Amino acid sequence: MTGELTQGRIVIVGASLAGLRAAETLRAEGFGGELTLVGDEPHPPYDRPPLSKQVLLGRVAAADAGLPARRPVDAHWKLGVRASGVDPVTKEVLLADGGRLPYDRLLIATGTRARPWPNPEEARLDGVLTVRTMEDAAGLAERLDAGPRRVLVIGAGFTGSEIASACRERGLAVTVAERGPAPLVGALGGTLGAFAARLQRAHGVHLRCGVTVTSLLGSGGRLTGAEFSDGTRIEADVAVVALGAVRNTEWLADSGLAAGPRGLACDAGCRAFTMYGIVTDDVFVAGDVARFPHPLFEYQMLSLEHWGNAVEQAEVAAHNMVSPGPRRRPHLAVPAFWSSQFGLNIKSVGVPTFSDQVTIAQGSVEEGRLVVVYGYRGRVTAAVSVNRAKWLEHYRRLIETAAPFPPAPGAADRPEAPRVVPSDVPDPKVLSHGPTVALTGHLPDRRLAVVRPAG
Amino acid sequence: MQIVVDLNRCQGYAQCVFLAPRVFELHGEEALRYAPAPPDDQAERVRRAAAACPVQAILVGDRAGAESGKGAAADDR
Repeated sequence: MTGELTQGRIVIVGASLAGLRAAETLRAEGFGGELTLVGDEPHPPYDRPPLSKQVLLGRVAAADAGLPARRPVDAHWKLGVRASGVDPVTKEVLLADGGRLPYDRLLIATGTRARPWPNPEEARLDGVLTVRTMEDAAGLAERLDAGPRRVLVIGAGFTGSEIASACRERGLAVTVAERGPAPLVGALGGTLGAFAARLQRAHGVHLRCGVTVTSLLGSGGRLTGAEFSDGTRIEADVAVVALGAVRNTEWLADSGLAAGPRGLACDAGCRAFTMYGIVTDDVFVAGDVARFPHPLFEYQMLSLEHWGNAVEQAEVAAHNMVSPGPRRRPHLAVPAFWSSQFGLNIKSVGVPTFSDQVTIAQGSVEEGRLVVVYGYRGRVTAAVSVNRAKWLEHYRRLIETAAPFPPAPGAADRPEAPRVVPSDVPDPKVLSHGPTVALTGHLPDRRLAVVRPAG
Repeated sequence: MQIVVDLNRCQGYAQCVFLAPRVFELHGEEALRYAPAPPDDQAERVRRAAAACPVQAILVGDRAGAESGKGAAADDR
């Protein structure tokens, strides 16, 4: 049995972080068959987090943001070729160039792309950009080098906020427009959203919340400015559209798999579901495109746009692709991510949006060093640190053991009178930026699904 | 040489900043910035930094996918 699983043909669609780590894990676990990686970008796998940070500061060339190999993968690389479909009956991946790749087992790791500006004509204006790929970041860095008079960032999620931070570090004037009440609020809730708003303003960002950009203005094909929903206008030479990510699932529309705008659904072992909710045993999913149930969060289906999740889920998926049933593992890692902006290190464990209350357990907003702990129905579900990274491991254990919320006092730097307040995670509909963790299941008390009784 | 730091794991001990200051630096108190493709003359320092990292967050290796025959062509647009 195991002998069969370590032979045959495996195709991985998606040649970024998850695809690469899966390929390496397959080989490390003894897969000796034929391995093919398909990627629509013309580059070997590269690392995206530096693209919105070091690269925009001009300290690192975008082309240098590669990934180190853990081991040789001995694979066929089909780069610069888009996969256009899957035929689950003949077990073939269809390629946009007309080719067909037969597989015995398939891993889907197609990730996400930047959500484009909704008006295509305005999106084509010279100076309107998104940041997702190596070319995007190189292009924006070049624009910033040219010293624009003002940069407009549309959407104040992590990417938008990091871009604004890089602009300010370069001394450039920047306006951030966010439809929600504060930056980062979609991922971190009200307490840290308010903190982020003060932080941005203290660093000279012209932050505008509660407004939308209704149109991008141009002259002679070049961006000249933008108009807001309250009728005001600003002038800008560069507009960065940071409206969150779109999952790359359209190519699976005719595959019969449970793929849609929220991702491709899979079980805890990374096996994809069909559209009928039946689990497959030859199609696996990992990384940003996956939507999977997590026992720590009431088996809610999660879609995580996290570097760490891409690595860990790829390792589990690859292990399960070459292991017989009883030896398969569930993907149970506690979600974690980081962001650095405006000189601060923000780190998160758990799922902050899976919360009803928060408390500042250590430090304070005034100090600029703090740990915010999130609870849902009386247990700890997440913690976010600002310049307090060494403490997160402690809170990770509390999350893993479903410890009671609010957490017991103990830290030397705890506030004298800790307050528990609502977590104020807004409905994603009101935000410009998408949340980087999407709770995609149905919690009736969150009104993610509205049931209307007949009559 | 290519490096990546698992910043979920990194806790800002800054051993790497002391050992290879041209490759690693702290932005503020604990946000680590690094050069993903350090120059060859830094290779020994980077290896020492990776070995000294208390949480073993630094991965050093050859650039992945180099055998694909495709270079990173961001400059060839």
